[in-house]
Amino acid sequence: MSVLVLVEHDNQSLNPATLNVVTAAAQLEGDVDLLVAGSDCQSVADSAVKIAGVNKVFIADAPCYEHQLAENVSALTKELATNYQYVLCSATTTGKNVLPRVAALLDVQAISDVIAINSPDTFQRPIYAGNVIATVQSSDVIKALTIRSTAFDPAAVGDGAASIEVCAIVCDLGLSRFVKEALAVSDRPELTAADIVVSGGRGLQNGENFELLYTLADKIGAAVGASRAAVDAGFVPNDMQVGQTGKIVAPNLYIAVGLSGAIQHLAGMKESKIIVAINKDEDAPIMHVADYALVADLFDAVPELTEKLSPSN
Amino acid sequence: MKILVPIKRVVDYNVKVRPKADGSDVDLANVKMAMNPFCEIAVEEAIRLKEASADTGVTIDEIVVVSIGPSKSQEQIRAAMAIGADRGILVETDDNLEPLALAKCLLKIYQDEAPGLVIFGKQSIDGDNNQTGQMFAALAGLAQATFASELKLSEQGVEVTREIDGGLQTLAMALPAVVTTDLRLNEPRYAALPNIMKAKRKPLAKITLEALGLECSPRVKTLEVAAPAARTAGVRVNSVDELVDKLVNEAKVV
Ligand SMILES: Cc1cc2nc3c(=O)[nH]c(=O)nc-3n(C[C@H](O)[C@H](O)[C@H](O)COP(=O)(O)OP(=O)(O)OC[C@H]3O[C@@H](n4cnc5c(N)ncnc54)[C@H](O)[C@@H]3O)c2cc1C
Ligand SMILES: Nc1ncnc2c1ncn2[C@@H]1O[C@H](COP(=O)(O)O)[C@@H](O)[C@H]1O
Repeated sequence: MSVLVLVEHDNQSLNPATLNVVTAAAQLEGDVDLLVAGSDCQSVADSAVKIAGVNKVFIADAPCYEHQLAENVSALTKELATNYQYVLCSATTTGKNVLPRVAALLDVQAISDVIAINSPDTFQRPIYAGNVIATVQSSDVIKALTIRSTAFDPAAVGDGAASIEVCAIVCDLGLSRFVKEALAVSDRPELTAADIVVSGGRGLQNGENFELLYTLADKIGAAVGASRAAVDAGFVPNDMQVGQTGKIVAPNLYIAVGLSGAIQHLAGMKESKIIVAINKDEDAPIMHVADYALVADLFDAVPELTEKLSPSN
Repeated sequence: MKILVPIKRVVDYNVKVRPKADGSDVDLANVKMAMNPFCEIAVEEAIRLKEASADTGVTIDEIVVVSIGPSKSQEQIRAAMAIGADRGILVETDDNLEPLALAKCLLKIYQDEAPGLVIFGKQSIDGDNNQTGQMFAALAGLAQATFASELKLSEQGVEVTREIDGGLQTLAMALPAVVTTDLRLNEPRYAALPNIMKAKRKPLAKITLEALGLECSPRVKTLEVAAPAARTAGVRVNSVDELVDKLVNEAKVV
């Protein structure tokens, strides 16, 4: 038995979500091998070999893999995966774009958003916006899984001693072409990996008012998220959306400000360790999920909280 | 050019579903059903492309919606027609097919219909799979642009802006191609009453799953469904001072 993990990266550094996938992979049977497909991506392979528990790292370095185009990366992954019993990647937008395509090429049914591995063929995953957890058993010879990173600890980095093997397969299907990318730049921690997340909703009223949350976040080293209503209204960009159809987060502390806590929002944050809700409506659903619920006007409470909280008091 | 839009009948997004007492499945008795929200967005986008034919230079002759599911899925097909889809196909089955099997069915329909664009929803809100569009694109050998928030059609092909974790990415694809919709692509219109009446007379073909001659036996078996672990009840705090005290001294998270 062996596991192939598709590494997520930007040709320079490894996306930390891959470390959680390696932990999930280690719970399956057999060697764990990694595939780094990219262009000028040697530095990614060099960090991948240091991940604890990894056996071998394949590096497929070609211009056609530069932007992780689904058609090319899937075709490549399929070629390698036929020698494995599992192919895994993280349940990020990159993983969700590529893995189902790999599975279809292999004629297997993929399993999305795995949160627990019960046995070599049995897994748990949330359905219906996380209102229900399904336990599912796969009969496919190759099991294709996307892994929800919040459900597995990151693998240790540093003491791994994997070998690197060059993979010369070039799958340039020429079906789609990369045009451009507009990536958010932020000095704050990455939303899905942050220890503390401060999120705002429609109650913030506009984009400028999100400054209140940024100030609070910067004081306590938090990432900032948002409800869909806040993103839809243009207060903040799409990459900040938390929820069923946005990002899944599970920080130690989630502070929900001026958002109601719709089912779809809860799906993305209810595994957080401690939830704080600040809302002027005591009956908003988020107030019933929160460990600490404060009925207040956010425009009073947030500045006061910012003033009174200090980084690791 | 023709646009094909696969749509799914699902539980209404406001319903909080629960497992059945025996844990065999979710309890969907007497719950409200609707078109999957992402599919509505897909239908709306097809209609907008048809309306914009003069601007894009690409004439959309027909929008065909297809659903694979129980007989009642006709309601959702009619709903799509009421906002502007021209024709419907129902592949009737009471089985809840997996994305791979759905992709295989849709490939047959695609081969018959030969559309220039296939617009899927990115995810169905019941199974939360987020797979069918990608699997279909693989089987059809087509380019894919998932999680679309903007779509520009021209004679050269389609340019799609995608919502990715880090921000936005734009891809260009020749036609035919596959797109899956994200929430911000558009806001679906409501059906006007006269159009609801008119939709009843639009053509809706029904075929059986058996007629497609596919082997659709499930690869993944659901052993159990259960409610997620409940959170312990929280407390009301009466002031920011009390909140800070709890966070620092009780929860010890800051
Ligand atoms: C298919 C689908 C997928 C979806 N996916 C997601 C998703 O991934 N993530 C997501 O978040 N949503 C998602 N949604 C949307 C979701 O259903 C809700 O519409 C949305 O989460 C509401 O956002 P909100 O809580 O900011 O707004 P509202 O529900 O309008 O809540 C605003 C809250 O702010 C409070 N408030 C207002 N002013 C103040 C003030 N001055 N001080 C304190 N409190 C104040 C109000 O009491 C209220 O509770 C999805 C919907 C659909 C149909
Ligand atoms: N039963 C179905 N019939 C037609 N289209 C479907 C069906 N199930 C899923 N789809 C399409 O595939 C998309 C993604 O669904 P899923 O992969 O289940 O998350 C949906 O938004 C639809 O466009």
